[in-house]
Amino acid sequence: MTEPLTHLRRLEAESIHILREVVAEAERPVMLYSVGKDSAVMLHLAKKAFFPAPPPFPLLHVDTTWKFRDMYALRDRAAAAAGMELIVYHNPEAMERGINPFDHGGLHTDLWKTEGLKQALDKYGFDAAFGGARRDEEKSRAKERIFSFRTATHRWDPKQQRPELWRLYNARKAKGESIRVFPLSNWTELDIWQYIHLEGIEIVPLYFSAPRPTVERDGLILMVDDDRFRLRPGEVPQVRPVRFRTLGCYPLTGAVESTATTLPEVIQEMLLTTTSERQGRAIDHDQAASMEKKKQEGYF
Amino acid sequence: MTDTPAYRPEALIAEDIDAYLEAHQHKTMLRFITCGSVDDGKSTLIGRLLYDSKMIFEDQLAALEADSKRLGTQGEAIDFALLVDGLAAEREQGITIDVAYRFFATEKRKFIVADTPGHEQYTRNMVTGASTADLAVILIDARKGVLTQTRRHSYLTHLLGIRHIVLAVNKMDLVGYDQAVFDGIVADYRAFADSIGIGDFVAIPISGFKGDNITAASANTPWFAGPALLPHLESVEVDQTLDQARPFRMPVQWVSRPNLDFRGFAGLIASGMLRPGDAVRVLPSGRTSTVTRIVTFDGDLPQAVAGQSVTLCLADEIDCSRGQVIAAADAPPQVADQFETTLVWMDETELLPGRPYWLKIGTQTVSATVLHPKYQININTLDHLAAKTLDLNAIGVANITTDREIAFEPYADSRDLGGFILIDKMTNATVAAGMIHFALRRSQNIHWQATDITRNHHAALKNQKPAVLWLTGLSGAGKSTIANIVEKKLARMNRHTFLLDGDNVRHGLNKDLGFTDADRVENIRRVGEVAKLMTDAGLIVITAFISPFRAEREMVRQMMQPGEFIEVHIDTPLAEAERRDVKGLYKKARAGQLKNFTGIDSPYEPPEAPEIRIDTTQMSAEDAADAIIRWLIP
Repeated sequence: MTEPLTHLRRLEAESIHILREVVAEAERPVMLYSVGKDSAVMLHLAKKAFFPAPPPFPLLHVDTTWKFRDMYALRDRAAAAAGMELIVYHNPEAMERGINPFDHGGLHTDLWKTEGLKQALDKYGFDAAFGGARRDEEKSRAKERIFSFRTATHRWDPKQQRPELWRLYNARKAKGESIRVFPLSNWTELDIWQYIHLEGIEIVPLYFSAPRPTVERDGLILMVDDDRFRLRPGEVPQVRPVRFRTLGCYPLTGAVESTATTLPEVIQEMLLTTTSERQGRAIDHDQAASMEKKKQEGYF
Repeated sequence: MTDTPAYRPEALIAEDIDAYLEAHQHKTMLRFITCGSVDDGKSTLIGRLLYDSKMIFEDQLAALEADSKRLGTQGEAIDFALLVDGLAAEREQGITIDVAYRFFATEKRKFIVADTPGHEQYTRNMVTGASTADLAVILIDARKGVLTQTRRHSYLTHLLGIRHIVLAVNKMDLVGYDQAVFDGIVADYRAFADSIGIGDFVAIPISGFKGDNITAASANTPWFAGPALLPHLESVEVDQTLDQARPFRMPVQWVSRPNLDFRGFAGLIASGMLRPGDAVRVLPSGRTSTVTRIVTFDGDLPQAVAGQSVTLCLADEIDCSRGQVIAAADAPPQVADQFETTLVWMDETELLPGRPYWLKIGTQTVSATVLHPKYQININTLDHLAAKTLDLNAIGVANITTDREIAFEPYADSRDLGGFILIDKMTNATVAAGMIHFALRRSQNIHWQATDITRNHHAALKNQKPAVLWLTGLSGAGKSTIANIVEKKLARMNRHTFLLDGDNVRHGLNKDLGFTDADRVENIRRVGEVAKLMTDAGLIVITAFISPFRAEREMVRQMMQPGEFIEVHIDTPLAEAERRDVKGLYKKARAGQLKNFTGIDSPYEPPEAPEIRIDTTQMSAEDAADAIIRWLIP
């Protein structure tokens, strides 16, 4: 008799099982790749699931043009290393109207991400999309299914979600319907970090502290990542030792002051910290049930 | 309220993070379910576990303190229930209240808690949550003792095969930590547990609100010698160890063929262990081979065990694809196509015995038919009740037939090869969860008797090609009239025919059936079987049945030889059929004297692509009959 599998090995096996089920049952799967640490873990698991073959689906980055420069660099490198096709999609309407986080507030996320995602899925005819969301991220995610069904218009209908028993996932759907699949559902933030550490997975350097040009605005520390950042009168970028706990569009993502420059130090800081992960994201502060509402509209 | 600080980082994190990480990479995982209602303090208990295991951050705690003052039921104290509830908001948003999964970890284990709030749809949610749990915490309010719901929760827990049961007698603070109260409840529960076959359980007196016996033994219960809840959850043996001791089984998920030199079978090992060189058997085909490699991204493994996702290479080029099971050659699982099962119905639409559903077990998906339930179980009294069908949240025992043989194990031996779901073929909804008891001997003993005079002989003697002209449409659409003319015309052409009429069949073969959805399905199934026998005899069969459901018409189509089923939609609008009302039935139905009348209070699903469509507002019955015959005999 051998030792029982560790929690990370069980989570890994479960995620691999989910990835394979989708590939076996869906016609045209895709992996949504947002370049964050959860995406990095999900991509790593996909490589494991189908080894020695490369993962039999493309990566899709629904881009806003406002991500950190470091993210774009890692994105291209990671896709090439995995031997996978990378599809980068920009919502042409958002592009044409010059939608940006400075002028357009909630519309920025709505047009680039929510609408962009729907357009990309329709354009390429993807019927199953992997996403890196976890149930521990937020109260409303706690009851999210691993296989989440969307109507032909991408709406999430709470009444049409299917019970998930044992390891049995029902991936059947009518023409036009699609599923979003969350292989990391049962992972916590700590699990993700521990796994990155254990497996030596490359993540964006922004997760580690470094001196970076920043401004403090509305309670968030924002990084001035390129010259499109609009300084308000009197604002002067200051170099602070900061890192990011979560990554999104750089003008919307709050940094934390930190001295953690290695992975163990990041984990140490995470364990000793006293605020929850998503606080650094401006998007969640809009309204109480914001995530639930966004989900119904088709946001991942 | 004990004064636990908001967050107590372990000293090791601050002092030696590398040592901490090393220690935490060897944690195991336990999944458990909490059973009880809000009144029993379930949310408070879960909130307390999250809080005491430091899973709550300062911002969450601040929000919690504010909410507690505003909404809480505990005065100035923190109301832990608010951490996990959020139910009011969900109700307002019209979101189904079902299983929520929560996470916490201690130094020894990671825990996943399935939390199933609410009373409505309790069975469905609890069964879903229990299906992946190794352990169940059954909460009892010390002031109330063993209640009907305690019995219900225990029964469902046992039904889903959970081996570890914790009886958490909560709110001990409200009964003065009285040992006699605790002992009385435990004795009551033991008597009940024995009666349903729960062998063993661990009882713990707790207070979720005050924190007694949650993380450590409480000074308020000096008479209690057992472990506190969290230490017990940390030390209970995980089922995985047991799974490893069973014979090897791996349902094949996916066949990996990256190039001509590699062919691997990917799957998650359901039970047992495996080494290269082991002999294996592929089920249901029964072919044998030897494992040459256990391939993973991290290199080939010398050994793999239950719970791991791997890719296997075999020595021989044998047939093996998704849905098959690779098993230990000397101890393979059984193979059969008829089973006795327990079904838990999970859909708003009731079970329709006789209708084919998709059945998914392991990675196999097959077409399956549920026979009439033998009985339904009243989950409050555990009495067996007669039942013709199963509706939402009902549990019953029924036999199931699959359209081909599948590899399986009794659920008691294997969740992975004994648990299945049923999927509606039209809506694709997961409508039921099931557990296999055993295979029916019948399927092994009744073989198809080959006859010497084949269906081709029969047809050749009659000098015709057998067919079923299936007329479907509303009551009063003109089905019987047209069918009758078709048969007369075919008889004149020396064709051998037989007309099966809906009303006539209900006088004999189907006189035991009514007009509920379930009975309508059985009605059509029997007529389909009769029509099939008649086509085997070489006849052209004409049927005139409302046959309102697409699924049943599709079922009959599947029974027939390809091309022999001709669906004829006698398309008469409801208003027109009701205007004609030849038998006066619409009038009765409108007056409420006839229940389940198609078109009035029972649906008609028109064919989407019938072979023939007859618009009776444009065509006489004579012309319709000619059109049908022209299609049949061009």
